[in-house]
Amino acid sequence: MIKVLFFAQLREVLGCANLELEANVRNIAELRAQLAQKGQSWQEFLASDKALVAVNQTLVNEDCALNSGDEVAFFPPVTGG
Amino acid sequence: MTNAPQQNHISVQQQDFDLAAEYQALTANNQSDGAVVHFVGLVRDNNLGRQVQALELEHYPAMTSKALSELVDEARQRWDLGRVRLIHRVGKLGLGEQIVFVGVTSKHRGSAFAACEFLMDQLKTRAPFWKKEHTQQGEHWIEARESDRVKAGDW
Repeated sequence: MIKVLFFAQLREVLGCANLELEANVRNIAELRAQLAQKGQSWQEFLASDKALVAVNQTLVNEDCALNSGDEVAFFPPVTGG
Repeated sequence: MTNAPQQNHISVQQQDFDLAAEYQALTANNQSDGAVVHFVGLVRDNNLGRQVQALELEHYPAMTSKALSELVDEARQRWDLGRVRLIHRVGKLGLGEQIVFVGVTSKHRGSAFAACEFLMDQLKTRAPFWKKEHTQQGEHWIEARESDRVKAGDW
């Protein structure tokens, strides 16, 4: 299983804080594509130019490989400080 | 001793911090450093023309400490630093409240000034915090600024 988390505005527009799915995607790009099938807002707000992504708490790129047990987090560009 | 773990203090917390205590922690029994630079970020009352009443700060708890530690490690690779203290608050914050503290000591001022600014610039684009603004017109998430991204990329 892969655990997927959503934060801030992304969590609110998707109406979802976290979900789990089978580890049948090889990388982040494939995960985004699979999640985009969940609906219009998922397709729109999870686009790679809108949502950053971290795997096991480290920012990664689209080609980052995924394995069972990974924690993936999608979130908007950060605004702390 | 420069890279000893106790030379770093990183905290993500709801409660406020005390500047005098932070300064004390940076300087007590520290006679090798001649420079202290610190930065404090505050909640201001106006953002892009909107009257702000309060801010709400969300974060990704499992990632924030790790991300901040990595930034401090990077700063130590670039400059010879003594003590580094980094505090970021989360939760609901009223006008004028302290949000963030970055304090750095080094032998001379150049490294301390640079490392303090570096840490703030990187934190703004790489640490998983998000601000929601409460205004009279309602609440909304603050959008990331291109100028922050450019500034972080300049280092």
